[in-house]
Amino acid sequence: MSHRSFVWFCLLPLAVVTAAFFLLPMVRLVVTSADGPQGLAGYLAILTEPRYRATLINTVLLAAATTLVTLIVATIAGMFLQRHRFPGRAVLIAMLTFPLAFPGVVVGFMIILLAGRQGLIGDITKLLVGEKWVFAYSIYGLFLGYLYFSIPRVILTIMAAVQKLDVRLEEAARSLGASPWAVQRDVVLPALAPAFVASGAIAFATAMGAFGTAFTLATNIDVLPMLIYTEFTLAANFSISAALSVGLGVITWFILALARSFSGDAVAAAG
Amino acid sequence: MSAIAGHGAAVRVENCGKTFADGTRALEPATLDIARGETLVLLGPSGCGKTTMLRIIAGLELPDAGGKVLFDGRDMTSTPIEKRNVGMVFQSYALFPNMSVAENIGYGLKIRGVPADERAARVAELVTLTNITGLENRRIDQLSGGQRQRVALARAVAIRPGILLLDEPLTALDAALRDRLRGELNRLLRALGITAIYVTHDQAEAMELGDRVVVMRKGAIAQIGTPRDIYFAPQSRFVAEFIGAANIIEAPLDRGELVLPGGRLPIGGDASLPAAVAMIRPETIGIVDVGTAALTGIVDSVSFTGNRQRIVVSGVADKPLTVDAPNLVKAKAGDRIGLAISAEAIRLLPMED
Ligand SMILES: Nc1ncnc2c1ncn2[C@@H]1O[C@H](COP(=O)(O)OP(=O)(O)OP(=O)(O)O)[C@@H](O)[C@H]1O
Ligand SMILES: [Mg+2]
Repeated sequence: MSHRSFVWFCLLPLAVVTAAFFLLPMVRLVVTSADGPQGLAGYLAILTEPRYRATLINTVLLAAATTLVTLIVATIAGMFLQRHRFPGRAVLIAMLTFPLAFPGVVVGFMIILLAGRQGLIGDITKLLVGEKWVFAYSIYGLFLGYLYFSIPRVILTIMAAVQKLDVRLEEAARSLGASPWAVQRDVVLPALAPAFVASGAIAFATAMGAFGTAFTLATNIDVLPMLIYTEFTLAANFSISAALSVGLGVITWFILALARSFSGDAVAAAG
Repeated sequence: MSAIAGHGAAVRVENCGKTFADGTRALEPATLDIARGETLVLLGPSGCGKTTMLRIIAGLELPDAGGKVLFDGRDMTSTPIEKRNVGMVFQSYALFPNMSVAENIGYGLKIRGVPADERAARVAELVTLTNITGLENRRIDQLSGGQRQRVALARAVAIRPGILLLDEPLTALDAALRDRLRGELNRLLRALGITAIYVTHDQAEAMELGDRVVVMRKGAIAQIGTPRDIYFAPQSRFVAEFIGAANIIEAPLDRGELVLPGGRLPIGGDASLPAAVAMIRPETIGIVDVGTAALTGIVDSVSFTGNRQRIVVSGVADKPLTVDAPNLVKAKAGDRIGLAISAEAIRLLPMED
């Protein structure tokens, strides 16, 4: 067997898997979506039909907010955890990264325990202000759940990136008169940009498509994955749910590509 | 040039020791005075505490309790580095990868709020001074090692620091480039009239650049002096052997003369001791006619290096002597050879150490 054909041979399983689990269903999805009564106009319906459009905007906003807050929280925490040694540090890291293994259902369950009708927050606020705060079943509950879901993943990426930072760069900036804020702005954050893009992309994509948490909490939350589910199972609207699925994928891909090209310069320079 | 020249601050390091959190004793309490405009070199083997001393002066490391750092008489011990107005050049250069060459050089000025046009003029001046014209808009990863070194230097002096701190700035470069940059650096430091503290483990670099050299050993100062002092009058065996090549011999003394297997050798110093440890530099030993020589020995080996030759002679002292001889002297292994050593060329060292 020549070297070349050996490489092709090794690629065969990949080709099979790609075809069976990726290409075929995708094609089927696209075909199904075009199959409905409206044909390709089903795609347009995502944007024109007010309920779909509101859901789409909701989902993107929720995912963007999740990404932003996750990055802020995880960067501060990751930087602190990587740079400081204190008793209990290992335990804290273990606790922060513990939710990694939880499926969305468990996360949803925990949000209900926290902010649901029998939740801890409700009990406390009842004692303090005489009113029971319940927000587990709203978009805020979902937001909290997504944070809980993404922060551990992002913290780990940021910690690895912080560990690779060259402390000498920060010292050089300080010797030139840079205040701690200026050092963060001019040296640390640019150097972390690739990690932000990589981990932010994962947080964003997860928040766009996560279903388990939404399903567990869902009473009155309109996000795309839930909409697809209801259209599919309850309304048996195959073509619309297929169009929504493709739309979800395309929009997520597009926003990630945008973020990447936006930060491309910073990433190239820091690389 | 005058626009760039700094004023140069006097530095006093008072009783500064350093024990790291893990208990490592990196520096024994030491006191150092560095005059305005002086270039002081910290020289010593790896791990002797040179960088630690530099970082204490910079403000990147706090000395142990009782230690003080003063600039022009003002106590700076608790002033953070960003307020000390020191320029630093790191061994790894530590250039900002997200900024161009010009932005790197101008960074300190930007932080100080210098207006853009004034900043550009200063950067242009430094670019010329450090010979990197044409590279202003390059990214850092598009520069060679020598060019990075120049950018690092330009960036550090751009802020007109009172003190310039350099931690092995040439170590990462190849030998030929190192020699050339050493010369350039020397001229620049003199032209700027800046107070400079230069860390190196290369004694040739220390000799050429230093007004004074501090030889360090295991966290302590072994000797401070001009390059000539250090070279010709080392106060310990460590300094003698660390700086240049040295023959160190031990022999009994008799009426002011060292009694050696190859003959007797008059010394200039204290003759009342029963025995002595003496240092003789290889290039101070002359080769003379065997018939009339006071000292004789047998040539062990000859290594010719072009401009000089290194002859190892045994049978003269307790161990073979290395002689750095002119290249025209004819000698080959096995020859009997006569040596002449003047009293001034002999430096007595303390017995133990
Ligand atoms: N942050 C630190 N924590 C603990 N020990 C340290 C720390 N920094 C340096 N040391 C130790 O202090 C001693 C002196 O280190 P220093 O870096 O000053 O040496 P140096 O003379 O600059 O050596 P080199 O020529 O290899 O750079 C070494 O034994 C080193 O291991
Ligand atoms: Mg060092």
